[in-house]
Amino acid sequence: MTAVLRLVISRLIGGIPVLLIVLAGVFALLEAAGGDAIDAYFASIGGGDAALAAQLRAEHGLDHSALQRFLFLLGHLAQGDLGWSVAQGRPVAPLIAERLPATLALMGSATAFSFTLGSGLGILAGRRPGSALDRLLSGGALLLHAVPGFWLGLVLSVVFAVKLRWLPVSGIETIASGKTGLARVADIAAHLVLPVATLTLIYLALFLRVMRGAMAEVWAQEFVLAARARGIAPRRILLNHVARTAVLPLVTLLGLQSAAMLGGSVVIESVFGIAGFGRLAAEAVAGRDPALLLAVILVSAVLVVGCNSLVDLAYGLLDPRVRPVAHRREV
Amino acid sequence: MPLSLTRRALLLSSAALLAMQALPTSARAATSGRITIAADSEPAQLNPAIAASNGTFFIASKVIEPLAEAAYDGTGLRPLLATGWEGSEDGLSVTFHLRDGVRWHDGKPFTSADVAFSALQVWKPMQNIGRTLLANLTAVDTPDAKTAIFRFSKPTPLQLIEKALPVVSSVLPKHVYEGTDIARNPANSALIGTGPFVWGDYKPGQYYLLKRNPSYWQPDLPRAEELVFTVLPDRASAASALEAGDVQLAAFSAVPLVDLARIGAVPGLAVITKGYEALTYQLIVEINHRNEPLANLKVRQAIAHAIDKKFVRDTIFLGHATEATGPVPTNDPTFYTSDVTPHAFDIEKAKALLDEAGYPVGADGKRFALKLLPAPYFTETRQFGDYLRQALAAVGIEATIVAQDAPGHLKAVYTDHDFDLAVAPPVFRADPAISTTNLVRSGLPAGVNFSNQGGYSNAELDKLIDTALTTLDPAKRVELYHRFQQLVTQDLPLINVVDWTFTSVAATQLSGLATNPRWAVSNWAELALA
Repeated sequence: MTAVLRLVISRLIGGIPVLLIVLAGVFALLEAAGGDAIDAYFASIGGGDAALAAQLRAEHGLDHSALQRFLFLLGHLAQGDLGWSVAQGRPVAPLIAERLPATLALMGSATAFSFTLGSGLGILAGRRPGSALDRLLSGGALLLHAVPGFWLGLVLSVVFAVKLRWLPVSGIETIASGKTGLARVADIAAHLVLPVATLTLIYLALFLRVMRGAMAEVWAQEFVLAARARGIAPRRILLNHVARTAVLPLVTLLGLQSAAMLGGSVVIESVFGIAGFGRLAAEAVAGRDPALLLAVILVSAVLVVGCNSLVDLAYGLLDPRVRPVAHRREV
Repeated sequence: MPLSLTRRALLLSSAALLAMQALPTSARAATSGRITIAADSEPAQLNPAIAASNGTFFIASKVIEPLAEAAYDGTGLRPLLATGWEGSEDGLSVTFHLRDGVRWHDGKPFTSADVAFSALQVWKPMQNIGRTLLANLTAVDTPDAKTAIFRFSKPTPLQLIEKALPVVSSVLPKHVYEGTDIARNPANSALIGTGPFVWGDYKPGQYYLLKRNPSYWQPDLPRAEELVFTVLPDRASAASALEAGDVQLAAFSAVPLVDLARIGAVPGLAVITKGYEALTYQLIVEINHRNEPLANLKVRQAIAHAIDKKFVRDTIFLGHATEATGPVPTNDPTFYTSDVTPHAFDIEKAKALLDEAGYPVGADGKRFALKLLPAPYFTETRQFGDYLRQALAAVGIEATIVAQDAPGHLKAVYTDHDFDLAVAPPVFRADPAISTTNLVRSGLPAGVNFSNQGGYSNAELDKLIDTALTTLDPAKRVELYHRFQQLVTQDLPLINVVDWTFTSVAATQLSGLATNPRWAVSNWAELALA
């Protein structure tokens, strides 16, 4: 897999200017919001006097200019040091490490499910565009997509966790259960069912609609007519000729969607009490904590670049036309 | 180089992911002796000796104890780490007798040295309340291991010290903190105290776990084996968790008021309104007296008359509040007086006062415009902001709401003074001198949060506040604070609207709830799962 690694690294290096602009923009936005980390701290502890505020500001270097603080943060980031979180009173790196597994589990499975289910149902809907089944699936998916995420999450939670009591209401695992190994994996999986189902239902529509739309287009192309003329079985035409061609835009969407998933889960994380990246970013903003926020963004950027590189490689596998020249086989 | 990944493998691995999620039906029996509590946020500072705030106490007071706790009966105080105390005639010293046989969670004995260290190294220089309250504390003498004598440079009323004890006096172990950077001591996030529960574990964003202290100084206590505070930022989820039985207790109105009736009807759950009497929050309108119309008493009176307190109580707080008469809440047992200037809801009178003040209705139907900043900390403060805007419109004042999050709001109001009216929820802490007189006292520098930053100045009121701070006779102090309430309601430096306390929702198997007027932030030694 060194190819992936090489691709990720070269992308990241190429992305440094963009990343710098994003980091500077985020820092400037956080500066423009009223109040600083000490105001946020006082808001949470019920106030304090001016001398204490000045003392705390000096301790955390908040008495320096915004530019000085930004350059200080950048300097440390460049050395691989994520810095100190003022809001949480701890170094940033372990904070990120704590939140990453939950986020990856939640987002990874939600993306995988919405992609597989969405494309599968998209094939069903695109089998005969305009049919009753197509209308039912497309309409239903659109309806789900239009539902606010937190509402869908709460409804699922009320039905399956509160009324039926099949699944836990919140958290990523049973608190201090002492479970290990497979029992723990099963415990975490049970906790993930509802949040993953919520996210899947919301994002499924996107994949379904794109798949269906692409298939509708492919049906009209001549090679399908040719395939039919050659007497190829309808099922084979559907899967090997139409669906295979139509899946390409979906893979592109998968890359884009992985970025949206990382940032778009703050509401679901709150509803299901999961300590993930979305909530960490929200806490960083509420606590006016630029070091933490920049670190979250940096790590997210690495993840997104990684996902997109994987998608590009998968693209090459699926479509011979976009394979790097050296690897192209003669057809 | 060719990659070994094929389409088939890709599809297979997707299917494998799908299979991994196959629902295991989980048995969700509650661990015996464990009580799970919903926590809506994580305090930025867990050490209660540094951050004397309800958010911190909610978790930390189970581990670290104060010298005394509030009580419903008798003197209103129940001794904890102190067994008794007396003040000197001249008010320059208070002697505390400390409890024998108390041990820190690490096994070391608790002594007067711990109290002296906490008072001089933490409460006085570092704590948000102690920094002002104990400003005159000069020394703490420890003639023996069980006696601590607090020495003050100015006469300090024992009544004030007593009322402040539950909030200010969380004692830290000297041997853990001495010679370290107290603010960054690792024990601030893995607390060591003398309380009924010892620190178990903290997973940020997930939970706090406290375990029974088997050698607690009160025999047979605590009654619970484990307390788990599970972090549930979403209030609807807290209600769901209660209904599902995942959580046995939600305090501080973690269940929204609108859900209370429904939740209270769920079998096995009960709504409890007791246990918050000494944690009364006051809904007030802060006024920037630098604004020309607002500097006029008639305008302030008009605004007071324009507010329908009964509507606020019944519609915003759904009845879970009391109409305020002045700066001391009606439920305070010591200082409250009803002999104050009332401002009944009367729109016509409000309009007449505004006319008299020289602000007639303009051609556009408006008298003048104001900037209104509702504090974002509670749903109710934001809703009251919306109500106040309409109430002011009804008398011809146009208010524009500026909504910000907590740090933004704090900076705008208390540092930048960039407001005309603000809605605030200050806490009444048993004695007006602790955090209430600050709301009207002049001469506080910019940047002091939850204080008079509206530029209000009244020499008579300032003098009264200062006198009460050094008056030793409790009856005389009460009289002075009666006068304080009268002056504030006459001159309206701010407008008190309603006072409210919180509600808990608890599983009916729980016993030992609401045992004192600060129960939610007390040590919960009696709390048990039947």
